[in-house]
Amino acid sequence: MRFGADAPLLMDAGVALGPWQIAYQTYGTLNADRSNAVLICHALTGDQHVANANPVTGKPGWWTTMVGPGRPVDTDRFFVICANVIGGCMGTTGPASIDPATGEPYALDFPVVTIRDMVRAQAALIDRLGIESLFCVVGGSMGGMQVLQWAVSYPERVFSALPIATAARHSAQNIAFHEVGRQAVMADPDWRGGRYLTEGTRPSKGLAVARMGAHITYLSEMALHRKFGRNFQDRSAPTFSFDADFQIESYLRYQGIAFVERFDANSYLYVTRAMDYFDLAAEHGGSLARAFKGTATRFCVISFTSDWLFPTSDSRAIVHALNAAAASVAFVEVESDKGHDAFLLDEPEMFAAARGFIDAAARIRGIA
Amino acid sequence: MSLPVALPSPETEPGHRLDFLLVADMVEPGSRVLDVGCGDGSLLALLRDSKGVDGRGIEISREGVNACLAKGLPVIQGDADTDLADYPDDAFDYVILSQTIQATRRPKAVLEHLLRIGRRAIVSFPNFGHWRVRCELGFRGRMPVTENLPYSWYDTPNIHFCTIRDFVEMCGEVGAQMDKAVALNAGGKPMRVSLPWWVWNLLGEQGVFLLKRR
Repeated sequence: MRFGADAPLLMDAGVALGPWQIAYQTYGTLNADRSNAVLICHALTGDQHVANANPVTGKPGWWTTMVGPGRPVDTDRFFVICANVIGGCMGTTGPASIDPATGEPYALDFPVVTIRDMVRAQAALIDRLGIESLFCVVGGSMGGMQVLQWAVSYPERVFSALPIATAARHSAQNIAFHEVGRQAVMADPDWRGGRYLTEGTRPSKGLAVARMGAHITYLSEMALHRKFGRNFQDRSAPTFSFDADFQIESYLRYQGIAFVERFDANSYLYVTRAMDYFDLAAEHGGSLARAFKGTATRFCVISFTSDWLFPTSDSRAIVHALNAAAASVAFVEVESDKGHDAFLLDEPEMFAAARGFIDAAARIRGIA
Repeated sequence: MSLPVALPSPETEPGHRLDFLLVADMVEPGSRVLDVGCGDGSLLALLRDSKGVDGRGIEISREGVNACLAKGLPVIQGDADTDLADYPDDAFDYVILSQTIQATRRPKAVLEHLLRIGRRAIVSFPNFGHWRVRCELGFRGRMPVTENLPYSWYDTPNIHFCTIRDFVEMCGEVGAQMDKAVALNAGGKPMRVSLPWWVWNLLGEQGVFLLKRR
């Protein structure tokens, strides 16, 4: 969906971005009274291909366990929309897009993006699609941040909200991890001060290291031990070198290499920055309860026991604030040893909770 | 001491537990209710469907929370002993603690929270002063295992049993005023109001109390 210079995106950085565009996918059919639209918000390195094969990697969509025919977000019943975030690299305007002022990629001239900017861009898309109010907004991790921002920015447009494995503000520890990742990208000589596209290089090594570091934070000690332990990779003894002796090393290297094939380094800087800046209470005098004051949205918050990146205490803070605002809120902590990644994996308890919540909300909204 | 009691008519509403109907009868229509230890949400669903209440719940088990979600009830997975502190004062018209107080670690602190969070509190619990319980302990010399209290001592979730008299005394200590008190006999029927306390304490299998801050 293209927006001309006459319909710029007004960003928190004080910039009117235009022209701009937003890439999206839809599944299912919008019903006659336009009441069955569900917006899926993707996480840091996700994209709009939530339930279809990814055109870049050829792999299945990133959340086919949650979204699809007969799934909790049932594409036979709901009209499902998923859009690439602003600042991303899968078709929505971002730092790799051409700056009309120079004819070259924006690179670091792209304005710094916030979670609220992402949500503004999605709202513009929803407007264009002729949808007044969303039946449900669903997302995990950074997607969950967008869900919360939607509920605060457009409370009357969100009937129900399902934020998963997320927080109302990014923690100091998480900002720290992101900073390490960004420094890895910027330390790569091929990054060229961000102008690698113009200069024909790619900071693949730096971005791969960033991904390797981040990937550890998505897992848990238990999951790493179960999957890899201290097992050697294709050998029976250490080589007394810095080769990838251990399976875990080999796995992380593979994750890093696979990631740079599909992700733009500058987008990684911008989107991690958006998460760092996220603090929903800040725009409401530091009170998260005030941010949700008077909301009629129905919330269901889900966390995972082994998620140390967005721990249950973060979800409880959201629930606490919603309670103080007298909002309708349900909360489930799913038992899992898979860490933060659990929200993307096969977690029957999460599906049961999501299905129960969505089906009940659909009954109340009168969706067949 | 005599207390005003309004008796429900369980005969006209089959399919629901009698103590639930008794609790439901104490709740004003259209009020805001928090059910602490709400289980699968049966009582909350009954209150929503028969009284039009805006109901919320806290439940410790994931199975219970999922059952509540499926009923469309906003229920939080949590623990009465730790999570009630997060609720603001006077957030609800009624806070219900149904068959749960004996499983809390700090019953008195929980009761104080109920009275703080709700304008009224409704508490129901199994009476450990019931004659059958007394017989088990007094004559057989065994920790009571009855139809109502089916657990062995080593695996029971019920760690703080009390009698109706004990509970009444604690209400005095925390400054709770009793607006209604009902004892249910073995058949689940409310006992006559005119009976003295010692009879309730001996023959009542359950106590149900409507309380408010004094």
